[in-house]
Amino acid sequence: MNTLFFIAAAIAIISSVLAISNRNAIHALLYLIISLLSISIVFYILGAPLIAALEVIVYAGAIMVLFIFVVMMLNMGMEEETEKKWLTPRMWILPSVLAAVLLVIFLYLLQAFRNEKTGVEAINPKQVGISLFTTYLIAVEIAGVLLLAGIVGAYHLGKQRKKVIHRFMVKNPSGRKV
Amino acid sequence: MEIQILFAAILFLIGLVGFLVRRNIIFMLLSIEIMLNSAALVFVIAGSHWMQADGQVMFIFILTVSAAEVSVGLALILQMYHHFKTLDADALKKLRDKQEVEKT
Amino acid sequence: MTVIISLIPALPLLSFLIIALFGRLLPKKVVALLGVGSVSLSAIMTIISGIDLLSSPPAVGSYTATLYTWMSSGSFTASIAFMLDPLSLVFCFVITFVGALIHLYSVEFMSEDDGFARFFAYMNLFVGSMLILVLAENLLLLYLGWEGVGLCSYLLIGFWYKEPENGYAAQKAFIVTRIGDTAMILGLFLLFISFGTLDIQDLMQQASMKWVSGSPLAVISSLLLLGGALGKSAQLPLQTWLPDAMAGPSPVSALIHAATMVTAGVYLVTRTHVLFALAPVVMAIIAVIGALTLLIAGFSALAQTDLKRVLAYSTISQIGYMFLAMGIGAWSAGVFHFMIHAFFKALLFLAGGAVIHLLNDEHDIFKMGGLRKKMPVVFITFFIGAASLSALPLITAGFYSKDQILWFGWSSSISSHWLWVAGITGAFLTSIYTFRLVFITFFGEMRTEPHHKAGKLMSIPLVVLAVLSLTGGFIELPQNIGPIHLFSRLFDHVLPVVIAGGEGNSELVFQIISAIVSLGGVYIAYLLFYKKSSLAVRFRNSSMNSFFLSGWKFDRVYDFLFVKPAVWLSEIDKKDFVDLIYTSIAKVTEYFNFLFSKTQNGKLRWYVLFLTIGVAVILTIMISL
Repeated sequence: MNTLFFIAAAIAIISSVLAISNRNAIHALLYLIISLLSISIVFYILGAPLIAALEVIVYAGAIMVLFIFVVMMLNMGMEEETEKKWLTPRMWILPSVLAAVLLVIFLYLLQAFRNEKTGVEAINPKQVGISLFTTYLIAVEIAGVLLLAGIVGAYHLGKQRKKVIHRFMVKNPSGRKV
Repeated sequence: MEIQILFAAILFLIGLVGFLVRRNIIFMLLSIEIMLNSAALVFVIAGSHWMQADGQVMFIFILTVSAAEVSVGLALILQMYHHFKTLDADALKKLRDKQEVEKT
Repeated sequence: MTVIISLIPALPLLSFLIIALFGRLLPKKVVALLGVGSVSLSAIMTIISGIDLLSSPPAVGSYTATLYTWMSSGSFTASIAFMLDPLSLVFCFVITFVGALIHLYSVEFMSEDDGFARFFAYMNLFVGSMLILVLAENLLLLYLGWEGVGLCSYLLIGFWYKEPENGYAAQKAFIVTRIGDTAMILGLFLLFISFGTLDIQDLMQQASMKWVSGSPLAVISSLLLLGGALGKSAQLPLQTWLPDAMAGPSPVSALIHAATMVTAGVYLVTRTHVLFALAPVVMAIIAVIGALTLLIAGFSALAQTDLKRVLAYSTISQIGYMFLAMGIGAWSAGVFHFMIHAFFKALLFLAGGAVIHLLNDEHDIFKMGGLRKKMPVVFITFFIGAASLSALPLITAGFYSKDQILWFGWSSSISSHWLWVAGITGAFLTSIYTFRLVFITFFGEMRTEPHHKAGKLMSIPLVVLAVLSLTGGFIELPQNIGPIHLFSRLFDHVLPVVIAGGEGNSELVFQIISAIVSLGGVYIAYLLFYKKSSLAVRFRNSSMNSFFLSGWKFDRVYDFLFVKPAVWLSEIDKKDFVDLIYTSIAKVTEYFNFLFSKTQNGKLRWYVLFLTIGVAVILTIMISL
């Protein structure tokens, strides 16, 4: 059980690193999907089958696909050159140092609070559902409102206003270009 | 359990480094997703440790938030692309502190 | 009585206010009427209160009119209070009477000047301040009057402000007298600390009780007060401002720099004579300063070519006589000489001013000459004034006053014979330079034509003052001539009598000596300057002449000692290094602002970077705690 966890963890970490350091956007997204899949395995190992499924369905399936759609819309395959220019090896130094410092701090904190685990017990979806719709009902409703807001916002912000450029374009008094 | 939390921390730091290093907005959003994911992972780990469903419930909420955020964010990125014609994060610096012309 | 005494200074001040506020709107006649009338009314008030004081003197020997409390803090109170005793009566009489005559003269003198109203405003303010000075019951009010006259002196010297030279002369006068004023205010502080009051009567009583003769506090405080007196009265070493102050109009020179302001020092020392009597070393210093000043000024007057400057040095010299008198304890003699000097010096300045005015502002005496036929009134009155100044025997008032001082210089027990020698030499010099002035200006060939005669308003004061210069001395005759001692009787209760040295009968000898000296001076002046001997011409071209001309080079010395270092210091501080400290603080702050604003560059990744750095730092700190 432990070994499975280590394998999945290793895959997740490696693919995440590859994801952030890739120059091609689609490749990076695909690596991220792999990472998400391995994290889903970790969830399963932790005894949360519902979450494992949801991770794949929603996160990898919907959100990442959304990303891929946008990337394709923006036609980012041509950005190879600029990405090379922007991602110099020199850029990696300071963030890596900071990350290392934070990791050290975290390690220190971890070993200060040692706690042995007894065993893993799976929590099935039924328990999650009951908890969700009784104890956390308000939060569910709020999450629904949030999603509604997200929909409206995404629709409104994604709208293209057609820009007609006249030769003698003048700002109207409100400052908006007409 | 420590190992698992450590794993989540490593993932978080990877996301952080990715955010700091990349200049393309899309990659920044990507790194944010990694970070969010790792935070949610910590919740689930904690839930499994205490044998309660609350961890997983929290994960569902985080998922919701992430989804809403990604959709709005991508819409904003589209707007930015149409306005600035580039995906450079450093192009969005109109809120900078403008220097005086004569430095006294 | 209180009301009348308070009116004496109040009337000129009221007139000053009216003229200052409305002078430009009022016609010239009204301004003149106000200006002259207020001072004349004060003169009448003085005479009334004087008659009252002398005929039925009050128990304490003086009238006090307390108007209101000026300030009261802790145990110290100072009030606006005027005290009229014989000493202040004499001074008030001179100030108001001579002042009224000078104001009358100025109506014609300044009739064509644009600043007519301004002139009378300043003159009235001056008379008011001077009256406050002499009538003050406490030293604080006296200091108020002191400063007031200093201010008016500045305003009036630089009256024709369009010439920058006049402004410089006014500044010089103010600054030099300011040095004296600072010494005086320090003296006032010292007196206040010692006695807790500045009321003059109280001070004198407490001082005579608490301080023994020669105590260091008495010496220091009287030295400080003396410093103030030296500044205002233009004695050594602060005498350099008076010759340059002649840049003002002649009535100003007559009133301020001959009769009244320069005698404020004499008044101060005489009023606080108890303090000085307690410090014999200071008295000696006063006498020596008086003697030296009269000699130095006398020599300087010999070489001057400007009519008014001769008279200015003459004033310095005569005030030296008054200081000499005070230094040897002849207080009433000093005051007597002050009164007579006021008469003839004002006369000389007014007559000299008439000469200058009628010759279209010509000051150089070597460009004048032969004026006695063209301006008879001016000539005769000037001659009378010159005679009184030279103390021609028996007929002039100056003889009686100066002779008294010389006699006490020999006979007083605290005086030294050398002071008499200095005095008699000074008298000799006085005759010479005075009649040099008379002969060169009024005799000989005419080089500049006067363009009209003096009018009535200018002549009347000249005549009145001439009469006083001749007859004023008769109220105080020496022992051997007659038993009239009206003047010194006035001061029986106020001023101490001179301590005689015991050589009573030989006064006649000294009178004859001084008569010979003054007449001899006239004769020598006649030889040198009327007969135009070559000796005079050779002397004029010699270097000693230029030494005397520059007033014994005091200006050069002061310039070297004080002015040049001060200018050098301010040149060094041109960049104002104290200011640099403040500006450098601002610069450092700006630099850091510049640095920190670089972090606000609007780039998202930078902000997150700083965020993580902050997180790392905070976590480290929290762990280590």
